[in-house]
Amino acid sequence: MPRIYLDHNATTPLEQAVLEAMLPYLSSEFGNASSIHGYGQRARAAVETAREQVAALVNARPQEIVFTSGGTESDNQAIFGIVEPLLGGTPRPHIVTTSIEHEAVLNTCQALEKLGATVTYVPVSRQGRVDLEALRREIRPETALITVMHANNELGTVQALEEIGRIAAERDICFHSDAVQSAGKIPVDVQAGELDLLSISAHKLYGPKGVGAIYIRSGTRLRRLLYGGHHQRGFRPGTENVAGIVGLGRAAEIAQRSLEGDAARISGLRDNLEQGLLARVPDCRANGAGAPRTPNTSNFTFSGIEGEALVIALDLKGLACSTGAACSSGAVEPSHVLTAIGLPASEARGSIRFSLGRHTTAEETDAALQIVPAAVAQLRKLSPTYPRPASAHH
Amino acid sequence: MSAREKLDSLPASAAGPPAGLVAVAMSGGVDSSTVAALLLQRGRPVVGLTMQLWNQRRLPQLQGDGPAQHRCCSLDDVYDAKRVAQHLHFPHYVVNFEEQFEEQVVRPFVEQYLSGRTPIACTNCNTDVKFEPLLRMARQIGAERLATGHYARIRYDAASGRQQLLRARDDSKDQSYFLWGLTQEQLSRSEFPLGELSKEEVRALARRVNLPVAEKPESMELCFVPNGNYVQFIHAYASEIGRPVEDREGDIVTRDDQVIGRHKGVHHYTIGQRKGLGYGTGKPVYVLALDTENNRVIVGEDEELRAVEFEIEKVNWVSVVEPSRPLRARVKIRHQHSPAAALVEARPGAGARIRFDEPQRAITPGQAAVIYDGEVVVAGGWIK
Repeated sequence: MPRIYLDHNATTPLEQAVLEAMLPYLSSEFGNASSIHGYGQRARAAVETAREQVAALVNARPQEIVFTSGGTESDNQAIFGIVEPLLGGTPRPHIVTTSIEHEAVLNTCQALEKLGATVTYVPVSRQGRVDLEALRREIRPETALITVMHANNELGTVQALEEIGRIAAERDICFHSDAVQSAGKIPVDVQAGELDLLSISAHKLYGPKGVGAIYIRSGTRLRRLLYGGHHQRGFRPGTENVAGIVGLGRAAEIAQRSLEGDAARISGLRDNLEQGLLARVPDCRANGAGAPRTPNTSNFTFSGIEGEALVIALDLKGLACSTGAACSSGAVEPSHVLTAIGLPASEARGSIRFSLGRHTTAEETDAALQIVPAAVAQLRKLSPTYPRPASAHH
Repeated sequence: MSAREKLDSLPASAAGPPAGLVAVAMSGGVDSSTVAALLLQRGRPVVGLTMQLWNQRRLPQLQGDGPAQHRCCSLDDVYDAKRVAQHLHFPHYVVNFEEQFEEQVVRPFVEQYLSGRTPIACTNCNTDVKFEPLLRMARQIGAERLATGHYARIRYDAASGRQQLLRARDDSKDQSYFLWGLTQEQLSRSEFPLGELSKEEVRALARRVNLPVAEKPESMELCFVPNGNYVQFIHAYASEIGRPVEDREGDIVTRDDQVIGRHKGVHHYTIGQRKGLGYGTGKPVYVLALDTENNRVIVGEDEELRAVEFEIEKVNWVSVVEPSRPLRARVKIRHQHSPAAALVEARPGAGARIRFDEPQRAITPGQAAVIYDGEVVVAGGWIK
């Protein structure tokens, strides 16, 4: 059975060139990048090359890039780093963020709320876009941080970073963006966006899992999360994951080169898939399709079925996708993102996400256009909530 | 070839789950895990489904130290099910039925308890969750049949055209008492592979195939109660839904309304429970009934605890159609009760009346009465 992977927002396969770039650092070049000797020097050189590659992807300077264990750590570092030092003073520090952020941002904000910060979660439109006027209105004298994700993982919706950056700059407020889903898919420019902090994750751009980066504008004061050695100019202790970092760097370099071409090709396939499903499946809707989106994402609501059952049925037919909101034990709350754009719980639960990738082919999306409608029809036949079509006789 | 390899090797034109795919309801325990192994041994393609039924984090005051184990949907049990699936090479998914479980099992359980009845959760779970949304989900994903680790048997009787439910061959493990609610449709799509085996044979098989859970101890408690203290659970849940249970002192009375003592709260007692020595008689007294309306515990001596006749409601005639004439059978009124000889009279639209040959102890409202004809489960219903 052919296996079709349409879950690239969950993770991406390692690009072959990335794997090849990493292998020496998992075998013969095993040195600790902090060691004085030759082994260390070569590892150090590889890390610094990767730093340049990541910096180039986002139009930053290499010394402004710190490698982390991934997007979650970068988000935690950015938000805690700015707000934590202000706790305990008066007035209480205030954060402005959105209702559709990834849990790595939301839960960090909630943790800071418990510690005394105040947080405003700006709502979004039906298309998943932040209302800029609403955001501007929420800013207070004590607002210490604005954090808004560049692209949403479930819908693909892209926010107007440059305009938010301008608002933040006007009021001299630190501006962070979780660019985990945007880096490598659409251009990310920390200068144009007037960003102070940015989070990146390797495994979303055809690099390895377990490594990411945080962009920290020169001059930004950030309380560190971890204590230990003096790695990464004393800011982020821990012996560097050299192979992972090399992988991230190479992946960033490849992404930068192929971004435009990829975007054109993938969005064509995505649009084809989307139009095709809307035409072939009754009672379904594409969420967030009316707003600027990453080129690869398509979030669908199919009336009368459980998204969970559909994902399983599709997996058994060889098609991998997701409901966009999951936890390891299977306890699924309706997606907070779909709830934030106004979907009632029943519809949120009947939604699934397709996310295409650099190597997705037209054959695969064509196959999906056969498999998905059949699976939805099968589920609806047995669904207690999907109305039966008026039938003549059985 | 493993099940997974079989799946992978199907030609593209046959895209889809294999014919005859059977879903196995996996709790992470040795019984349901062995069911999967058995089916695979017989060459049947299997998909494992573990139900997420209750969020342990919901009543945080009940959380003991450490992760909850042997409770439905604790991460350990899901992990165990996944390890078994990995070991035997078949796909496994976790499916969420928290809403249905709360509505069909937990809430009725608590409400029954609060009105002085002694409820059973497992029967409702089988009838309304396991063999309803789970069976439906199995069919939706392409598995037309559902196998579970229940110790019971299903047999199709060609003469009557009915699916029959039978006791397990291993009487000490028989779980047919909890399965009387199943419909013909549900039975026709279900399988109980362990019904012919003893527990020892099941464990032996588990060991032979090196199941990671072969030595896992059995769970003896309500699956959604983390520490076995179901009274504590009921109090916590009742508070959470805004109907806190208050312990109010009240009278302990005999059937003639004679007050013989005080109790500290009606919900601390169950019917049949021994309650010390009788006032004046020196003979032991037992809880006969809980009068939640008047906050009284009604007690009496052993003879008063025994009864011969009672009624059941919401009767499900399983292996036979509702009889028009009274029939002789053996009836169980508790899981740990030896089926006793009785006459059963169906009352169309109004359940059934049961008359034991000999008085039986503690016929308890809220429990189920299950009617047997030899090894066949004839019917079951709720004791009024």
